[in-house]
Amino acid sequence: MQPVINIKNIKKTYIMGMVEVNALVDVTIQIQKNEYVAIMGPSGSGKSTLMNVIGCLDTPTSGLYEFNGVNVGDMNDNELAKIRNRDIGFVFQTFNLLARSDALHNVELPLIYSGMKKADRKARAEEALGHVRLEDRMHHKPNELSGGQRQRVAIARALVTNPSIILADEPTGNLDSKTGVEIMGLFNDLHAQGNTIILVTHEEDIARHAHRIIRVRDGLIENDHIVENRVLPGIHS
Amino acid sequence: MKLADFVYEVKEGLGISFQAIRANKMRSVLTTLGIVIGIVSVTLMGTAIEGMSRSFNEMVSKIGADVLFVQKFSWFSSQEDFEMSRNRKNIDLKQFKAVRDQGSTIAAVSPLTGTGVPVKYRSLSADRIFLIGVNEQYIQVGGLNIEMGRFFSQSESDGNRPVAVLGYTVAEKLFPSETPLGKNVKLGAYSFRVVGVVAKQGSFLGMDMDNRVYVPITNFLQKFSNHRRGLDIHVKAANINDLENTKEELRGILRKARGVKPGVKDDFAINQQEMFIQTFNQIGGVIAAIGLFITALSLFVGAIGIMNIMFVSVTERTKEIGIRKAIGARRSTILLQFLIESAALSLIGGIIGIIISYPLSLLINQILPTSMPISVVAIAILISLIVGVVSGFLPANRASKMDPVEALRHE
Repeated sequence: MQPVINIKNIKKTYIMGMVEVNALVDVTIQIQKNEYVAIMGPSGSGKSTLMNVIGCLDTPTSGLYEFNGVNVGDMNDNELAKIRNRDIGFVFQTFNLLARSDALHNVELPLIYSGMKKADRKARAEEALGHVRLEDRMHHKPNELSGGQRQRVAIARALVTNPSIILADEPTGNLDSKTGVEIMGLFNDLHAQGNTIILVTHEEDIARHAHRIIRVRDGLIENDHIVENRVLPGIHS
Repeated sequence: MKLADFVYEVKEGLGISFQAIRANKMRSVLTTLGIVIGIVSVTLMGTAIEGMSRSFNEMVSKIGADVLFVQKFSWFSSQEDFEMSRNRKNIDLKQFKAVRDQGSTIAAVSPLTGTGVPVKYRSLSADRIFLIGVNEQYIQVGGLNIEMGRFFSQSESDGNRPVAVLGYTVAEKLFPSETPLGKNVKLGAYSFRVVGVVAKQGSFLGMDMDNRVYVPITNFLQKFSNHRRGLDIHVKAANINDLENTKEELRGILRKARGVKPGVKDDFAINQQEMFIQTFNQIGGVIAAIGLFITALSLFVGAIGIMNIMFVSVTERTKEIGIRKAIGARRSTILLQFLIESAALSLIGGIIGIIISYPLSLLINQILPTSMPISVVAIAILISLIVGVVSGFLPANRASKMDPVEALRHE
């Protein structure tokens, strides 16, 4: 079966002033449909760069990156925007919701950029908010919601386009542990419903919700293994 | 991009823009104020220029376009020319007769001279009256309409009769409650019988055209001798499209009548309406250009204000731009969003500006015959839209080119 993500020997070099920084030295990863993968690594390991590359926010300096069999390296700005819009659902540590817009409008936003008609996108956004059990908070603005609720809005926004992957960057980093557990439970449900989830974290406990952990260090894959004793949401701590 | 997509993006962009404008009310109001002031001054200047031009045209149209004025001096001669032509011979009745008898391309011709006299009827008097001596054809040459009675006839004119035709204001002053026809008025020391009243004409270059009394030229020359100034000859051409020919014919007749030797310059001038219009267009054009340039500067300052505030807005919303890009907004979408925002700011300013300047243009209308032309309104709206788009372009372009990773990191 064709992998959703096929990364072969990618390298990413930044030029900072006069110095070249090798954020990714040589990385090869394949991720299949409906996998639940955690990418782990200490800060400075290159995991953020890897996440940006996977999320098509950034392109590798060299090497091959195929997304659903299409070479991302050949894409221009507009094509990258399109793939981010349709195939990638981002969930960020700091939620990254639009402060002036209510929950419904935040969730609608990706559908606006894909050009969907108003009635259709409203129905889809309401459905996605229902999925994260926020039917009754649709017209609240982010500052009227709790941290957990905000992250659930962000998850609804990531889900609303039926993306190929959900890419979550430290999704529990700004939440207390009880809310964190709730959010991880939500990811578990989404995975059970057939979504492909990529989780970027530096916390072992969080990573062990996934089925597979890829450890990154100094721009290289240090370790890529299946999780033996998964933490099931609700059971841990 | 397909048109439907563009319309969709504009619609969404408008929503986002108004949200952003509302979110920064004070800032938006102050920014818009620059455009409001610019549009008010430009539209008022446009209205005033329009008014000047219209009032001038109204004035000039009172001088018939097909009337030529044979005079001693040119209307628009330089000081130097004037010095040279001071000692010219006066135009006299003999020269008028030569024109009348020899001119083949003329419809009507009248000599004209004038002087100020007091006018009296019983106990009523009128001051600053201009008494004019003309012949019977002046009714055509001067384009006069008769309010009551008639103009004097050829036999009256040739026969030296003491008859007078009153200007509208003169008739009103001297005969507030009775008909002037058949009454004898005193022009200076002499008694004249009123045969007609001229319809209201208004004023031309500050002269009240209704404060006049017309009498036969022969009688005028006998009683109010004015040989020092001489006469003018007013000629109405037979065919307005053949004005140059008529002018040439007049030149020939006058050179002969005045004994100008071949090779010597004319010692008289043939003036026409066209000269007024040309001179006005030159002077008026320069005044209009300077006026519009100065007022356009204020609009330019307003545009800089918009550009400045859009740069601030883009920087403030770096994070938002990053989020939108991560979620799938294209460069063109971001560009359009910020362009719409600056265009909307400017357009609102333009519309408010027009709403303010319309009543002010009515005030101008008290002085100049003008109203704000619809073209000025349309141009003002167009200009404010263009100002918004142009001044928003650099900030919007900066926003659209932001790297999403960098932008997301921005706090």
